[in-house]
Amino acid sequence: MTALTPIAPGLWTDQRPPRLIGGRGSDGRIVFPMPDGDAASGLDPVTLSPNGTLWSWSVQRFEPKRPPYDGPSPFEPFMIGYVELPGEVIVEARLVGIDQPVIGMPLALRIVAFDDAHSTFAFGPVA
Amino acid sequence: MSGVCIAGIGIHPFGRTPARSGRDQGVFAVRAALADAGIEWRDVETAFGGSANSGSADIMVNELGLTGLPFVNVANGCATGGSALSAAQAAIASGAHDIALAVGFDKHAPGAFDPRPADWGLPDWYGETGLMLTTQFFAMKIQRYMALHGISRETLGRVAEKAFRNGARADHAWRRTPMSLEAILDAQMVNDPLTKFMFCSPAEGGVALILMSERKARQLGVASVRLKAVAFRTRPPGSFEVFAPSIDVVRGGSPTANASAAAFALAGIGPEDIDVAQLQDTESGAEIMHMAENGFCKDGEQEQLLRDGETEIGGALPVNTDGGCLACGEPIGASGLRQVYENVVQLRGTAGARQVPGSPKTAYSHVYGAPGLAAVAILER
Repeated sequence: MTALTPIAPGLWTDQRPPRLIGGRGSDGRIVFPMPDGDAASGLDPVTLSPNGTLWSWSVQRFEPKRPPYDGPSPFEPFMIGYVELPGEVIVEARLVGIDQPVIGMPLALRIVAFDDAHSTFAFGPVA
Repeated sequence: MSGVCIAGIGIHPFGRTPARSGRDQGVFAVRAALADAGIEWRDVETAFGGSANSGSADIMVNELGLTGLPFVNVANGCATGGSALSAAQAAIASGAHDIALAVGFDKHAPGAFDPRPADWGLPDWYGETGLMLTTQFFAMKIQRYMALHGISRETLGRVAEKAFRNGARADHAWRRTPMSLEAILDAQMVNDPLTKFMFCSPAEGGVALILMSERKARQLGVASVRLKAVAFRTRPPGSFEVFAPSIDVVRGGSPTANASAAAFALAGIGPEDIDVAQLQDTESGAEIMHMAENGFCKDGEQEQLLRDGETEIGGALPVNTDGGCLACGEPIGASGLRQVYENVVQLRGTAGARQVPGSPKTAYSHVYGAPGLAAVAILER
């Protein structure tokens, strides 16, 4: 199996376990992802906690229009959510390996296959 | 400085009209509003309008007449109509003009919207990986709200049930067949916890409003409804909005709460003084959350209010009396003005089968749009 290419550069680090990369402003506010270009000015890259809690969730039951969606065919519904990284930021991500989501449940960052060629970030149950 | 009033209203029925472009539906609405006010197109001194998917509003002068008036195109997502109204109101309140037009129209393809990430300042991967859907935002906002404030799925269903019941009594509504609570709850799940019938659908329609200074309306002898306050706000720090790859851990207010507070302050009245309200109901949960964000109840009280029928046409605070976005569908540019149209009809007492009893004197409308803006208008008879 060939290694998957990240869906975009600069979203997460290569360390083990991987961590998402956000941007922190002088006021301490953190955004994800770290913006490109002029929007990055005044923000310092910051590696985020790989652990958080479920803030909210849903399931994407229908196939989004293409473009912009570029996921595998045939479409399989997927779970999505916002995960609160305590004291840092609340990030939107896919959720994997969760049968019954409960707001507040602990979750950990995973890098998962998005399609045959690309990986993306997701959160799943703590191992 | 003159007071501002709404002297004419016009609507093109919402839904699907294959024979007419979005802009043609807007022109149809403008002609209806002019006739309602008893004026001619050449009397209109300035205009504001827009659409999301049907092109520029100012091209309407081709059909309406080349009078040379200034015509500003507005593009503010779902709040386009509210923004146009806000600008038209300011044009008259400033004393610069006596007669202004606010118009909104649209025609969307069936199915969910398909925004391009770059248009919203977002990276391509956000759309490619299937995170950039308006429906997900609304689902996740109400999902958390239900957990925090004890709102049940039945209450989500009741909002849609009321919408279709009210829409059946509105000539301009799209979905005019009542539906049972069970059918709504048991329908195909779209984005949990929301089923197919709890979401509004992208659609078509057009609405136009003629605004006048009260002095001008008196001079022309036009019956009018006073535009008591208009407030339009973009998002504050710490809010939770459509198309957000991340949100702040330090939670803040919302554009809706800020626009609402500003409008009530301008009007010098409070939520308890409102007789009828149109609140953005992109989906069932939005109406529930917007009841609290606009100050009409505390978080969680909606559960009992809906069970008791207090937001029905005969209740203490009728909400979305024409079925709202759920029954009328969502032509982005037109929705915010449809709410004001419905309020004018209610205050005139000409709403027929859906008329709020007791001769309502005050009416409230609230529209919300991506990427986090809200406009509120308060009318008074």
